[in-house]
Amino acid sequence: MVTKIMNWFDDRLPLTATIERHLTKYPAPINMNIWYLAGVLLVVVLVIQLLSGIWLLMNYEPTAEGAFASIQYIMRDVEYGYIIRYMHTTGASAFFALIYLHMFRGMMYGSYQKPRELLWVVGWITYLLLCMLGFTGYVLPWGQMSFWAAQVIMSLFGSIPYIGEDLLIWIRGDYLISGITLNRLFALHVVLLPLALIAVIFVHILALHEVGSNNPDGVDVKKFKDEDGVPLDTKPFFPYDVMHDLYAIGVFLIFFCTIMFFYPDGGGYVIEYVNYEAADNLKTPEHIVPSWYYTPFYAMLRAITFPIFGLSAKFLGFVVMAAGIAIFVALPWLDRSPVKSIKYKGVYSKFFLSLFVVSFFVLGYLGSVAPSPAKTLLAQIFTVGYFSYFLLMPIYSKYETCKPVPDRVQLS
Amino acid sequence: MKRIKLFTYIVSFIVAFFFSYNVNAASGAPCGHYLSENGLTEGQCETIEVDPYDLSSLQRGAQIYMNYCLGCHSLKFARYKRVSEDLQIPLDMFQENLIFGDQKLGDLISIGMDSKESKVWFGNSPPDLTLEAGLRGPDWIYTYLKSFYIDDSRPLGVNNKVYENVGMPHALIEMQGEQFSVCKQIPEIATNGGIKQDPLTGEQLTVEKCGFLEVKDGTGIQTAEEFDRSMKDLTNFLAYMTDPMKKERESIGVYVLLYLFIFTILSYLLYIEFKKDLH
Repeated sequence: MVTKIMNWFDDRLPLTATIERHLTKYPAPINMNIWYLAGVLLVVVLVIQLLSGIWLLMNYEPTAEGAFASIQYIMRDVEYGYIIRYMHTTGASAFFALIYLHMFRGMMYGSYQKPRELLWVVGWITYLLLCMLGFTGYVLPWGQMSFWAAQVIMSLFGSIPYIGEDLLIWIRGDYLISGITLNRLFALHVVLLPLALIAVIFVHILALHEVGSNNPDGVDVKKFKDEDGVPLDTKPFFPYDVMHDLYAIGVFLIFFCTIMFFYPDGGGYVIEYVNYEAADNLKTPEHIVPSWYYTPFYAMLRAITFPIFGLSAKFLGFVVMAAGIAIFVALPWLDRSPVKSIKYKGVYSKFFLSLFVVSFFVLGYLGSVAPSPAKTLLAQIFTVGYFSYFLLMPIYSKYETCKPVPDRVQLS
Repeated sequence: MKRIKLFTYIVSFIVAFFFSYNVNAASGAPCGHYLSENGLTEGQCETIEVDPYDLSSLQRGAQIYMNYCLGCHSLKFARYKRVSEDLQIPLDMFQENLIFGDQKLGDLISIGMDSKESKVWFGNSPPDLTLEAGLRGPDWIYTYLKSFYIDDSRPLGVNNKVYENVGMPHALIEMQGEQFSVCKQIPEIATNGGIKQDPLTGEQLTVEKCGFLEVKDGTGIQTAEEFDRSMKDLTNFLAYMTDPMKKERESIGVYVLLYLFIFTILSYLLYIEFKKDLH
C-alpha cells in the first residue's frame, strides 16, 4: 500500500529521490562537532520567527498613531499575546547569536574555501537580509529607541556626497521619520524580506547538499568511499544526525524559554528599556544605542572622527561600517591557505582569528556605551584589528607553515 | 568528554556575550542629586524589591494611585477590570471605591484632563504611567516619590532631588508632610577611607554637607516609616502595571521548562541508542 502511494507520487514528483538526496542518504561527516548545531538551530529559530510573526501581524497596527498602543494591546488584551511577542523578540536575539556562531564556525574550519565559495556567499546574503529584518522590525513597536534608531541609521544615507539629501527623503518618504516611513518598513519587514530570506536559505541548503558539509578537519570525506559509493567517514543525515539535532534543539529551547518566560527584557538587551516610551520626535533619548547585535558595527561608525579628502567623517564611518559587514563575502578569495581548518593552519592564522574575535567583542562593548575620547581611540585600534584579519589574510595565510593534514577525519 | 568540554565552551561563550557588555543599558536612570543617608554618595537610587505576589501591597498601591495620581496620570493601556481581577479586589467594591466618574469596568484607565491645557498649567502634560516602571526602573520611581522638598523659588513651591525642576506638584504632601532640604555635619572622610580625627583631642572631624531631606514633624498624616511603606506599595503597583502578566508568565514557564526537560532527556536517550549503530 505504502509502496503504491509512493510510486504514484514518484511518477509525478521526485519524492523518493528528494528524500534520499536530502535526508536518508545525505552523507554527514562523522566528526562534526557542536559548532555544527548552529545551522539546524537557525532553521528552528526561522520557524519560530515566521509563526510568531504571523500571529503578531494579526493584531499589530502599522500606523504612527496606533503602533505603540497596539503592541500594548497584544501584551495585555490578546490571549497569550505576550508569549507571542516575547517569542518574537527573544527569537530576534537568538537569530543573531546563532548566525554569529554559525559564521564563526565557517571561519574556523575554512567552510568558505573551494568548493564552498557560493555556499558562503549565499550565507552572507542571508546575514545581510537578517540585518535588514532586524532593523525594520525594531522600528515597528514605535517606541523612543525605534524612532531614534531609525533616525540615526537612515540619516547615514544622507551623508553620501551629492545625492545624500535627496536619497534620504526618497528612502524615508518624508522630510523626517514619520508614519509613512513606518509603513514602508512594515511592508518590507512582513513581506519582501521574509520572502527573500526563505528563498535564500533554500538556495543555501541546496548548495550545501550539492557540495556536502565541511568538517572540523577540513578534509574531503568524498575521497574514500565504500563499494556502494558511500563516503566512508560519513553517516546518513536521517536518522543519525536528526536524532542528535533533536536533543540539541531540546537544550536550545530550554535556554530560549528561560529567557522568554523569566527574563523577557534580557537585562535591557533583548528589549531596551527606552522603548517603553512611545516615539516622540521632539525628545531625543540621552544615549542612542542599537540592539546588541549591531553594536560592533556601530562602534566602527563612531570610530571614524576625521574627514579625509573632503569626505565627511560621518560618511567615512558609514563606509567603514558597511565594509565591516560586506568584507565577509570576500573571505573565500582572501584565504590563500592550502588547508581549510584552523587546526592545521599556522600560528599567524590562529593569531589573527583570535584578534578578530577579541576585536568583535571589544567593539561590541564600545558600541553599547556612551563615547569618550579614550573609548573612541580604543574603537579605532580595534577597528584596525578587525579589518587586519581580513585584509592581511592573503599574506599571512600564504606564507605561514601549516601542519600536515590527515587523509581521513580524526575522531578523538 | 570532548563534547562536554565543547558544550561548556559554547555556554560560556553565550554567557560572556551577555555579561561582557557594560550594565549601562541595564541600570535604571541614576537619581539626580539624591543624597544617600550617610551623605557619601549622590545620585544613587535607593533600592527596593518589587513583588507581584504581594497582593495586599498591590491593593494598597492601587488605592493610593487611584486617589492621588489618577487625577493627572492615566494608565491608558490597562483596563480597570483586569486590575481588579489581578489584584483580587471584588468587582463591586472596586467599582464603588476605585473608579471615579462614569467610567466602566471594561474601560481603559484614562483621564479627563486635556493634554493641551495641562501643558500650559505644568509646562508639560503629565505622562501616562502604564510603562513608567519599565522605562525608569522601580528604584528610580521609589526614590523620586520620596524626594520632593519645599523650594519657594519654584512656581509650584516644590522641587525634587531626583528630577530637578520637575513640573509636578508634590501630590502626596498631605501624606508625607513638608520636607526640606537641610545641611548637616557629617564625619570627614580621609583619603584612605577612614574617618578623619583631630590629632590632639582625638575627636572626629566633621564637615558640613547640604542636600539632606528632612520632614518637619507633625505636618503629614503618615510617619516616615508609614510613608516609606506607602511609596513601596505604590512603586510595586506601578511595576505590576508595566508587567501585569509576570505571574502568569512565570507559572506557564515552569511547565514549559518541565516539558522541555523531559523532551530533552528522552531525545538524548534516543540519540544514544542511535549512536550505537555507528561504532
